[in-house]
Amino acid sequence: MGLLYGLIAVGLALIFGLMDVTNFAHGEFLMIAMYLSFFLFAFFAIDPLLSAPLVAAALFVFGAVIYLLLVRFAMRAKANAGMVQIFTTFGLAIVMRGLAQYFFTPDYRSIPQSWLGGKTISIAGIFLPEPQLVGALVSILAFVGLYFFIHRTDFGRAIEATREDPGAVALVGIDKNRVFAFGWGLGAALVGLAGAIMAVFFYIYPDVGASFALIAYVTVALGGFGSVFGAFAGGIIVGLVEAVTALVLPPSLKSVGIYAVYLLVVFIRPRGLFGSI
Amino acid sequence: MDKDFAARRRRDLIIAAVLAAIAALTPLFVKDVVVQNILILTLMYAGLSQSWNILSGYCGQISLGHALYFGLGAYTTELLFTKFGVLPWFGMLAGGAVSALIAMGLGYPFFRLRGHYFVIATIVIAEIGLLLFHNWEWAGAAMGITIPIRGDSWLKFQFLRTKLPYFYFALALCCLAWFVTWWLENSKWGFWWRAVKDNPEAAESLGVDVFNSKMGAAAVSAFLVAVGGSFYAQFVSYIDPESVMGFQFSLLMALPAVLGGIGTLWGPVLGAAILIPLTELTRFKFGGSGRGVDLIVYGTLIVLISLALPRGLLSLFSRPKKTGAAR
Repeated sequence: MGLLYGLIAVGLALIFGLMDVTNFAHGEFLMIAMYLSFFLFAFFAIDPLLSAPLVAAALFVFGAVIYLLLVRFAMRAKANAGMVQIFTTFGLAIVMRGLAQYFFTPDYRSIPQSWLGGKTISIAGIFLPEPQLVGALVSILAFVGLYFFIHRTDFGRAIEATREDPGAVALVGIDKNRVFAFGWGLGAALVGLAGAIMAVFFYIYPDVGASFALIAYVTVALGGFGSVFGAFAGGIIVGLVEAVTALVLPPSLKSVGIYAVYLLVVFIRPRGLFGSI
Repeated sequence: MDKDFAARRRRDLIIAAVLAAIAALTPLFVKDVVVQNILILTLMYAGLSQSWNILSGYCGQISLGHALYFGLGAYTTELLFTKFGVLPWFGMLAGGAVSALIAMGLGYPFFRLRGHYFVIATIVIAEIGLLLFHNWEWAGAAMGITIPIRGDSWLKFQFLRTKLPYFYFALALCCLAWFVTWWLENSKWGFWWRAVKDNPEAAESLGVDVFNSKMGAAAVSAFLVAVGGSFYAQFVSYIDPESVMGFQFSLLMALPAVLGGIGTLWGPVLGAAILIPLTELTRFKFGGSGRGVDLIVYGTLIVLISLALPRGLLSLFSRPKKTGAAR
């Protein structure tokens, strides 16, 4: 289910790809979203599908706050900004994992009964698990939405322009911090959406994000930085490659295929498939 | 300027000698095993970080995949030892050589990549190595390798009753990595690396062999890190893929250099001297609860230091003139 990776990667594509800010805490955003979804279900019996917009909204606020409190300052660093971003967000990731362990304990949790959990649907004789199918649909919608947002609205253009030249945007009256805080919020909201849907069929534990985060970075880079469409294509390729590798190699090696394809692609095209930066 | 530079280099060497001598004497006063353990790890990470700094700091090719070389060093040594009975001392050199060769082999395609694409490629290649070792039955797969206990001997570099030999080896490794950096800093290579880091196109046009200088940095860096990996394997006497090749090692190697001052001679040592004891102490103090308090403290520290001192802790000491000479 490559679209699932696509869904996690969209949010990252916005932050990492379009704004060119390294976010090593992306997986932890996902983890928070999954826990939110779990607790909304456990305490208020709201089905993850219904609570998804709530989770996305909460993550929007979270992402924007993180930007304003931390990342804004990390980007201001004059010397080796890249490393400062990497380690600020990496430190943040560790803190978030620690907090999750502290408040939620390291136990594995899952949402046992939901509208979609464990059900399958048959299309032309092929059985597909419903949660994954919904995940795929949502991710396609999210991609199309983001694509139009970036290319058709003033705000989307403002994000790209701000990355290109913060000084020039300031001259035409765009507040860099407002634009980027909104971008971070949106990126976090998208990963929140992903988390809400994944909470239905994945175990939830403090380290859950780490395993998906690396795949998400690879997906974004495979598609090429600066391209939403690239991240989407990257997501589909990653999913297909994983499925094929799983057929040929033992399941524990399935990620090797993804990594090998990434290396192959960047050796041939050093800027990814559709990258512009 | 030249005179200043030579004087600074002499001064650095003297400071290093004094520090090494003080470090060598500490075991006379420190008998506590827990503290000795922390000292050994601090020295080891200082050495590793110093080695990482050669490629990523001086030459500017940020690698977050050095765990690969660390793991290769550990695995080469232990596979040779447990399967063929080759002494760890030779295994160490073999591990270094294997890592340096692989680093150069990987360098061919990798050094064409820039920025994020390069960093992600280094993460990915280490991850591939990790997964391959996970599935390699002959090398113990996920179970790893337990190093057979044969009693205390320098020959087999194995000591059960005392940690002192490990301490001195870690010290020697740290000194070696420091000395190599010190020596290279003022060699043709050192100047090439800094030129490549600052502006590869300009360096190329002035006749610097950009590609080969990156290769050289990668080989030296990988060799030293692999020796560190061999040491670690002997020190903990049990290795498995996660514990020597996991992504966290790549970050742990980079952290001291980044916090201390990336691309500087003293940054990694300073960073390790502060970071590793702090890490171990927070783990010692809060880790037992299993509730992640150590992670919260540790993470907060990293965030604060990265934000407050983007140039690293070393920038607190240096006046502008000196950083000018050092960079």
